[in-house]
Amino acid sequence: MTSADNLQAFKRDGRIVVVGASLAGLRAAETLRDEGFAGSLTMIGDELGEPYDRPPLSKQVLTGWVPAGGTKLPRRREIDAEWLLGVPAGGLDLATNHVRLADGREVPFDRVLISTGVRARPWFVESEAALDGVFVVRTREHAEGLQRALAAGPSRVLVIGAGFTGSEIASICRERDIPVTVAELAPAPLVGALGAMIGEVAADMQRAHGVDLRCGVKVTRLEGDAQGRLRRAHFDDGTTIDADVAVVALGGIRNTEWLRGSGLAAGVWGIACDTGCRALDLNGLITDDIFVAGDVARCPNPIYEYRLISLEHWANAVEQAEVAAHNMVSGQADRWPHLTIPVFWSIQFGVNIKSVGVPTFADEVVVTQGSVPDRRFVAAYGYRGRVTAAVSFNSAKWLDHYRQLIETAAPFPPPCPTPDQPADSKPAPVDFPGPALLAQGATVVVTGHDPSERRVTAAYQHR
Amino acid sequence: MRVVVDLSRCQGYAQCAFLAPDVFRMHGEEALMYDPNADDDRRDQVLRAAAACPVQAILVDRLEKRDAPAEASPS
Ligand SMILES: Cc1cc2nc3c(=O)[nH]c(=O)nc-3n(C[C@H](O)[C@H](O)[C@H](O)COP(=O)(O)OP(=O)(O)OC[C@H]3O[C@@H](n4cnc5c(N)ncnc54)[C@H](O)[C@@H]3O)c2cc1C
Ligand code: SF4
Repeated sequence: MTSADNLQAFKRDGRIVVVGASLAGLRAAETLRDEGFAGSLTMIGDELGEPYDRPPLSKQVLTGWVPAGGTKLPRRREIDAEWLLGVPAGGLDLATNHVRLADGREVPFDRVLISTGVRARPWFVESEAALDGVFVVRTREHAEGLQRALAAGPSRVLVIGAGFTGSEIASICRERDIPVTVAELAPAPLVGALGAMIGEVAADMQRAHGVDLRCGVKVTRLEGDAQGRLRRAHFDDGTTIDADVAVVALGGIRNTEWLRGSGLAAGVWGIACDTGCRALDLNGLITDDIFVAGDVARCPNPIYEYRLISLEHWANAVEQAEVAAHNMVSGQADRWPHLTIPVFWSIQFGVNIKSVGVPTFADEVVVTQGSVPDRRFVAAYGYRGRVTAAVSFNSAKWLDHYRQLIETAAPFPPPCPTPDQPADSKPAPVDFPGPALLAQGATVVVTGHDPSERRVTAAYQHR
Repeated sequence: MRVVVDLSRCQGYAQCAFLAPDVFRMHGEEALMYDPNADDDRRDQVLRAAAACPVQAILVDRLEKRDAPAEASPS
């Protein structure tokens, strides 16, 4: 049989399993059917109910406009799948091609797509995290609980962490006229994602809207009353604040633990794959039948020196899922690379914040058009004299222009494309807090001497 | 009916907010907010908005049966 015959047979009778039944998993399933996959399709997900959309959780749901159960994802088509919901996958056996479920069931596959995403990083002290009034926001249930707490009119909300989610929640508290304190270890909000200059703009925006923003501080303890309700938070500078709601917004943890021992290159940074979304094994070899998409994937991007980049962006999950699904049912010569330039959006304090490219891949930043005080501007990021990213505040329609600059490796700083040249357009250092963290990826040990013996094994780190 | 807007594509030109104001609204100068769980009575309006969006950023359920598909019931 030729490989074309094999492919036809696989498309007719093959078995595909998707682990992680959310945005990326659903979009991949739809694409598989679109591309003529007629075999058996199994969706495994640990959450109950249908796939739903997460970005509205920290926006429409928390304002009280839309109920938490009201963000189910539209379906582009029927997918005729078997759904195994409410039970997590507990392991992956590459020797026998089975997914092991936590309840002991085994699900065989010919090809598998892993899209298990990330979960919210919980507060580090378990007993304090369990206090009534302490929340994280990743799932529908989380958002529902927090929305109810906000509707009850808390005296003060403490948001721990001023990344995108934390800043959005602070914005909603102000919209609902709830006093809010934001505690951030970095010198300003959004610094980890967008650097010090934009961080300053975000800080001004928060303060102008009445947020009690405290930067450079660490929350050390959450204190409850006898009924187990949150009452107070302690900071490392010795101060305290009284709050009855705390939102822990300290980012996500990638759901890769279930792959320990599977032999895949999976760890705290995600699952490494090639641009065709095929997973790498621990040795860095491409697996043929294991694909990855969404927040859990860690994919090289040639524009960013082939660095393995994991993104927690909606559009990335959709596009990567489509590429992965296409490649799962295509012959070698018809495969697509996932080469899109990342895009991200956030809505805070009525301002539309968007980015294109990877802003952390930069050494300089410059405001290229518009006015920072009016919060209507674009800033371009550069690395060694070429444009690598751009961020817009209420100027989103310009981002396509910057995407082209990134794709064509245009020189940095780029000329202003409009007449509204900003007063101060000198590039400044981008100032990210310590890139040293990025070097923590070496988690393997090489063993053996012959080429046939030489293999790596994982050395798991505690974090 | 279920609606999702790909906000990374949306350019904020507000055609949708004009055609289906109960479902799509502008938040501030150019940020779009929408109801992902729009009332079924608004279906025609929403479909018109989706067709009018210059960047085709609005995705609406394409399933025949509008109720929760049976295939997604927990096992
Ligand atoms: C509050 C919030 C606001 C956001 N806002 C924005 C925004 O404004 N713009 C933007 O671009 N992005 C935003 N995002 C990010 C966006 O939602 C994600 O990029 C997207 O959800 C990624 O989809 P995914 O399918 O890869 O992963 P996920 O949505 O994380 O889905 C993974 C699924 O796998 C399940 N799972 C995990 N482990 C297992 C297992 N072992 N077995 C079975 N199932 C498992 C999980 O429970 C989950 O259902 C936001 C996210 C959140 C939480
Ligand atoms: S019509 Fe399309 S581009 Fe315009 S605001 Fe609506 S979704 Fe965005």
